[in-house]
Amino acid sequence: MSISLATEGLSKEFRLHLQGDVRIPVLADVDFSVAPGECVALAGPSGAGKSTLMRCLYGNYGAGSGRILIRHRGELVDLAAADPMLVREIRRETLGYVSQFLRVIPRIGARDIVAEPLRARGVPAGAALARATELLTRLNLPARLHDLPPATFSGGEQQRINLARGFAADYPVLLLDEPTASLDPVNRQVVVTLIAEAKARGAALIGIFHDTQIRDQVADRLFEVLPIQDAA
Amino acid sequence: MTHDPGYNFAYLDESTKRMIRRAILKAVAIPGHQVPFGSREMPLPYGWGTGGIQVTAAVLGPADVLKVIDQGSDDTTNAVSIRAFFRRTAGIATTESTEAATIIQTRHRIPERKLREDQILVYQVPIPEPLGRLEPRIAETRRMHAMADYGLMHVKLYEDIARHGHIATSYSYPVMVNGRYLMSPSPIPAFDNPKMDQMPALQLFGAGREKRIYAVPPYTSVKSLDFDDHPFRPIRAPHVCELCGSGDTYLDEVLTDDVGGRIFVCSDTDFCSERQAMKEAAE
Amino acid sequence: MNERSSKTPLLTARDLTLRFGRIAALDGVDLDIHPGEVVAIVGESGSGKTTLLRVLSGLMRPDAGEVSYLGQDVLGMSEAARRRLMRTEWGFVHQNPRDGLRMAVSAGGNIGERLMATGARHYGNIREQASHWLTRVEIDPARMDEVPAKFSGGMQQRLQIARTLVTLPKLVFMDEPTGGLDVSVQARLLDLIRALVADLGLAVLIVTHDIAAARLLAHRMLVMRHGVVVESGLTDRVLDDPQHPYTQLLVSSVLAA
Repeated sequence: MSISLATEGLSKEFRLHLQGDVRIPVLADVDFSVAPGECVALAGPSGAGKSTLMRCLYGNYGAGSGRILIRHRGELVDLAAADPMLVREIRRETLGYVSQFLRVIPRIGARDIVAEPLRARGVPAGAALARATELLTRLNLPARLHDLPPATFSGGEQQRINLARGFAADYPVLLLDEPTASLDPVNRQVVVTLIAEAKARGAALIGIFHDTQIRDQVADRLFEVLPIQDAA
Repeated sequence: MTHDPGYNFAYLDESTKRMIRRAILKAVAIPGHQVPFGSREMPLPYGWGTGGIQVTAAVLGPADVLKVIDQGSDDTTNAVSIRAFFRRTAGIATTESTEAATIIQTRHRIPERKLREDQILVYQVPIPEPLGRLEPRIAETRRMHAMADYGLMHVKLYEDIARHGHIATSYSYPVMVNGRYLMSPSPIPAFDNPKMDQMPALQLFGAGREKRIYAVPPYTSVKSLDFDDHPFRPIRAPHVCELCGSGDTYLDEVLTDDVGGRIFVCSDTDFCSERQAMKEAAE
Repeated sequence: MNERSSKTPLLTARDLTLRFGRIAALDGVDLDIHPGEVVAIVGESGSGKTTLLRVLSGLMRPDAGEVSYLGQDVLGMSEAARRRLMRTEWGFVHQNPRDGLRMAVSAGGNIGERLMATGARHYGNIREQASHWLTRVEIDPARMDEVPAKFSGGMQQRLQIARTLVTLPKLVFMDEPTGGLDVSVQARLLDLIRALVADLGLAVLIVTHDIAAARLLAHRMLVMRHGVVVESGLTDRVLDDPQHPYTQLLVSSVLAA
């Protein structure tokens, strides 16, 4: 089976120098993999390290030990050992991330925020903005909001901008951290459809879904992330 | 004629003249570059030509014929005094004729008559540094010359056009010498700038207070800075000379009474009287 | 592809060391900047970040170490060559716009200076470029002939940026560019810098003690303390998963916005 993303012996601990050098191990020897067209939901009790794993997969947290293999430009690359230049390249072309919260960039309109990943890849402004409009419309964001900076938007509106941004760029690997948490039922179903479409075009998706109903609709299988003492 | 035996020939002692000649040679070798020299106290105040007079003294020989002009005129106090000074201290012949002169010391003009290879034009220079008004740090202006970093000078011209619609600098108009050094032509009218370009005569510049000598050797390129779409234009009063009828010389405006009467006459008195004589002879 | 070619760094520094008496301002600093990359240097006052900027841009000589720009030895190059770089392929944005602007020269003249210094001799074209750049930094081109003294602090800083970017430099050094500005003005300026940098593909080395600004602008971050780079890496990783005790202190001291 071909692999889009896999971890091998991934471990992560936090060392808090300011709190008397305390060490908090969160992940130990995590091995899992996702194939193209597959959606894997991370499961496990809260605090078990699902979000930490997601952030490691995105390179936002550095891996303590182990490897994170991602298919980038046709080859498996170890993200855990990649230099910042390479991580940026992987994030631009291969790896997308939809977080729970939108990091607002002052004064930039929603449509431009959504189009930005495509623009970074060199897609002409017209095409990128058209794609952004398409996604925002599918996620039922009123057209009058498309060109406003989302700083004052509601949580649900901000989350839809994040989703549009993540799905607009057709990443081969997409990480979804609680993508439906603040959405109404109608928009949750839009997300379900977007995920199905992404799978159909061969994307690998890894998600944390608080809502088990949604999870069961989109996930092909679950990957259990257990607190370290239990896993050991 | 002999000179006053109380003075060394041309007032300065021989070592000083040699020192000045060395500075002149260096200046000729690096056209437009300001060469420092040990400027002496001269028996006239700063601003009256202490730099020019030292350069003249250093290049003057017993056979030379000296002409001195001030704003184009041979008969102002300054011109008359400097001629008298060299007649007395060097015993040389003086003249008011541009054609007859071998050395012409000038303040603020270049004669209208075309100069020849066997003539030397000595300029009196009050402020030798063309960048001074834009960049007050002397060390920095030196560095700018060394690096040929002259964008700032164009900024000044840019500002002129932005404010006045045209380049409003009408005298001391900066020039590029030999494509390398930015140079102040001394406060001659911009009208005279084109005469410096490829001039057959040697041009020497002396600044006494600032202790600088610079030079433009014969047949050297001297270009007035400008913009492609705002080319340098020599400006003159749009009149003809009341006395000689010349329509292409630099004119002075002269008030003739106290009720607003005024006429325009040639600033170059020698050139003007020559033309008047020719006109009379023709009539 | 272009990605591969951009693996060649624009600017490289190795083992830079500079002492002021007993104080080490730089202590074995290594640094690479790639084309199109924005690198932030953060750290408290006196950590050596401004000194590093001055050494990298050739304004100050280190006691030891090497700086090279596209294979040229920056520390060994003639002053003429360094000045040429400074008015063409490099730019420097000062914290205080007065240090980077000519306050008695009009906004248009300020923008035009670098063009004129590199041989532009067409007044109309210079005006056109000045007008274009004023628009890009959100200053009304109708104010082109006003002197910067009449502008607000934020406008002066934007003018300084326009004046620097007009020759489309490859590498821009910025020293606390938002330092003296009101918070509301800061956000606007940061956003403007962010957009310009992305559009023009500039490499930028920005010194700041504003962590939020660094997060917004920088792809990569270096944390300096006592002349030493204690931590470096992707901006979001350095800020979200700091490893060094000092970085953890720095990050924990930032008020969440």
